[in-house]
Amino acid sequence: MINRLQQRFMSHLDPMLMGALAALMCVSLILIYSASGSNTDRVLGQLVNIIVAFAALWLVANMPLHYLIRSAVPIYMLGLVLLFGVAMFGEINNGARRWLNLGVATVQPSELMKIAVPLMMAWYFERHEATLALRNYFFATLLLVVPATLILRQPDLGTALLISASGFYVLFLAGLNWKIIVGLLVTALGSAPFLWHVMHDYQRQRIVMLLDPSQDPLGKGYHTIQGMIAVGSGGILGKGYMNGTQTHLEFLPERTTDFIFAVYSEEFGLFGNLILLAIYMFILWRGFVITANASTYFTRLMAGSITLTFFTYTFVNMGMVTGILPVVGVPLPLLSYGGTSMLTLYLGFGMLMSIQSHKTLVQS
Amino acid sequence: MKHHKELRNHQREIYFFRLRLIISVVFMLVLFFILLSRLFYLQVVRHSDFNTMADKNRISVVPIVPNRGLIQDRNGVVLAQNYSGYTLEISPAKLTDLEGTINELAKLVDIQAKDRKRFKKLLTESHASNNYPIRNRLSETEVARFAAQRFRFPGVEIRARLFREYPFRERTSHLIGYVGRINDKDFELLEANSIGANYRGSDYIGKIGIEQSYEQQLHGTTGFEEVEVDAGGRGVRVLSRTAPKSGATLTLTMDIKLQEIAEQAFGSFRGALIAIDPSNGEVLAFVSKPGYDPNLFVDGIDTDTWDALNNSPDVPLNNRALRGQYPPGSTIKPFMALAGLDSGKRTPGYSINDPGYFNLPGSRHKYRDWKTGGHGSVDLYKSIVISCDTYYYGLATDMGIDTVHEYLEEFGFGKKTGLDMEGESAGLLPSPDWKRRRFNQIWYPGDTVSVGIGQGYTLVTPMQLAYATAVLANDGVGYRPHLVKQTASDGTATATPIDITLQLKPEHFALVKRAMTAVTLPGGTAAYAGSGAAYPFAGKTGTAQVIGIKQGEKYNEKEIDERHRDHAWFIAFAPADKPRIAVAVLAENAGHGGTISAPIARKVIDYYLLGKEPQPAQPAKVKVEKELD
Repeated sequence: MINRLQQRFMSHLDPMLMGALAALMCVSLILIYSASGSNTDRVLGQLVNIIVAFAALWLVANMPLHYLIRSAVPIYMLGLVLLFGVAMFGEINNGARRWLNLGVATVQPSELMKIAVPLMMAWYFERHEATLALRNYFFATLLLVVPATLILRQPDLGTALLISASGFYVLFLAGLNWKIIVGLLVTALGSAPFLWHVMHDYQRQRIVMLLDPSQDPLGKGYHTIQGMIAVGSGGILGKGYMNGTQTHLEFLPERTTDFIFAVYSEEFGLFGNLILLAIYMFILWRGFVITANASTYFTRLMAGSITLTFFTYTFVNMGMVTGILPVVGVPLPLLSYGGTSMLTLYLGFGMLMSIQSHKTLVQS
Repeated sequence: MKHHKELRNHQREIYFFRLRLIISVVFMLVLFFILLSRLFYLQVVRHSDFNTMADKNRISVVPIVPNRGLIQDRNGVVLAQNYSGYTLEISPAKLTDLEGTINELAKLVDIQAKDRKRFKKLLTESHASNNYPIRNRLSETEVARFAAQRFRFPGVEIRARLFREYPFRERTSHLIGYVGRINDKDFELLEANSIGANYRGSDYIGKIGIEQSYEQQLHGTTGFEEVEVDAGGRGVRVLSRTAPKSGATLTLTMDIKLQEIAEQAFGSFRGALIAIDPSNGEVLAFVSKPGYDPNLFVDGIDTDTWDALNNSPDVPLNNRALRGQYPPGSTIKPFMALAGLDSGKRTPGYSINDPGYFNLPGSRHKYRDWKTGGHGSVDLYKSIVISCDTYYYGLATDMGIDTVHEYLEEFGFGKKTGLDMEGESAGLLPSPDWKRRRFNQIWYPGDTVSVGIGQGYTLVTPMQLAYATAVLANDGVGYRPHLVKQTASDGTATATPIDITLQLKPEHFALVKRAMTAVTLPGGTAAYAGSGAAYPFAGKTGTAQVIGIKQGEKYNEKEIDERHRDHAWFIAFAPADKPRIAVAVLAENAGHGGTISAPIARKVIDYYLLGKEPQPAQPAKVKVEKELD
């Protein structure tokens, strides 16, 4: 009886992914305890975030795939409406207009778009699978560019770029012609001066700081330099759990969120980093396996985009902390403190699990 | 058929999709490799750099300033000490309105115009430190008043620290010197000598005198406390502490009581006195009058006081004992006599007939003796006792300038004595070479004549003359004069090297010393000062001309402006048979050595040998005895 209940509960959950997620959940809680200076409230908060996100994961994983397909358009439209809403009525916080007060709750629609954009694009390609032509790619690109532009104008360069990346992965996996890809890359590089022109000052500064963080060690370059010091001083074996001086003496900014990787690197060293990267690679490997085995065009595009986006988030965060990418304010997936990002990520993994577990059902 | 084609398309589609997936995986692996390389670079290759940076982040090194060493006289009387007090300090960098802040502070603590001027001077002179004192020695009430209002004054602090104090003020000013706040020039010098690290946290440095010359020993070694701080700069815990090493206590060779007696003996005269123990080179008294209050300089002197000191006609800032250069006058005669005996140009029994002047062969120019009409028959002994000029005109001419130069140089004239104080003058021992270089003129025989009686170009410092006297008193063996007896607290005295060993005959020394003893006896030029001496008292008077007297003119003291009167020299040692003290006294514009300077020397020696203190409140009797040089 208990066995059957367990089976019913677990049947749509992928054990390998679940194992890796559980491992990273433990790492996250342990790290937040150290990074927050033994603040148990912060740890419990993250635990709640994970439980809520897990509930969403379970629901999505158990959802038949056609529900997911059908939800694509409404979710996307809702997200778009909210983004326009933000642009017109959004609350200004730290000079950026990202939040929308809906009376009952304040939402950040750009988070929703992280899922909605690839979902919408995959839905669109699935619909036009039989007669795929160049104009379909063009229209799909439009589905990406409109929300990305709105988010860029908030301004939120990081999220705009990451959503653009996840949309680009859909285009790429959908078979976008190489010539166009190369053309796009050339255009992107060519438009850099123009982008530089429309960028906000703080965005420009971030890029300048990336090129030379030592230029302003106490100002804008502070985050990057302190992050690099934390990582570098960790050495091969790390300073030991709860012993990171950069962390515990508060030289490191955003310790529980964007710079949690620096905390980990400082306390556990290169050795710990190898283990951590191995876990991330295992998750990615599993994602690619699910993608490769996905039965439909939609699920292939969706699974591929989710996996590559997950990788992108991971790489961008680690790159930012180690100073090879600008500080764009991207949390480290599954480790950083934060309810929204945890929810978005678990939703993605729920979809992956649903794609995996409903594959046989679709085929049969 | 159609179905078949669709199926093939589907397989092709899967193939292309997987190809793209593989490209994605490769792309991902490349990026992961870049990330791993970066981690390897940061955590292995540059680990030590970043570790250092992390330590620099968290470890703040706080210097602990050592206590400056005390300075005491040979009997342990403290001459320079430290006392703790409160100072009100301002960090101008943290203020927007410096003037306004000072005005507000003036309502709480007493800040006078003098303090403001001093503060401004400090600001322009020194950039090495961040805090500058606006007021020193705050009273307890002032400290309490400021503490209550402290919140109103960010960038203003009260600090408790040690102040340097010189309890004997003027009496030790030229000997001890003073410390002052480290200015830009000091800072550069410290950096150049790569000892700047030891001065982190130090505000003061020896500027002059013993304080300057023994700076290294007095300063001590700065200690350090390594404090772990958080990002906000708050100290979390002390990691390690290296205790500072206090500066060494210096024990001087001088006796402050002797110094006091010497100083008081000068009365209102300006001048200098050096007393040396001939048997070891210890400087027993080091007087330069007038002095100044060194305490004024410790925390920066205000401009008005400085101008007053600097522009005074008495030049109180000039260290006459060390840097004052005067013609030695007749005090050179005993040394000339020894040179004459040793060079064989004179024998003890050889006499001249003194008509009251000297002629160079073939010249009608008269080099006059101080005594009109002359001294009659004069041998070497008498030439010293009555200070016969004519005898030495002839002696110098017979010896020639080169020989004179050679002998006088051996007594240490014309070069620094090597005293352990910076800034010593070398005096001047002229030679034909020197004259050519200096004036581009040849040396005339007449120049040699003047050198014979210590006039002309010859210049000596009181220090040099005292040392030369000590060498003479000690039969030709000179111990390098020094002011510091010991620098360590363990009692080990510094060994004194012998600098001068003269190969002169003992009987020559004996003759000259006998003559010098007769100088203070009836008939001698310093008979007045020598009367009633309880020991054989050897000496020699001297007069240093301030202005030249034209040929045929007569020096008339009363008609001459006080500051143009001659300087009065007296050199002495006692007891003459076994000298324990050698003294050189210079009284500026005092006229005659025998009248003013010799009694000063007598008082000093009386105290040193007999412990006899001079009778107080006896105004110096200025009795001009014209017949005495």
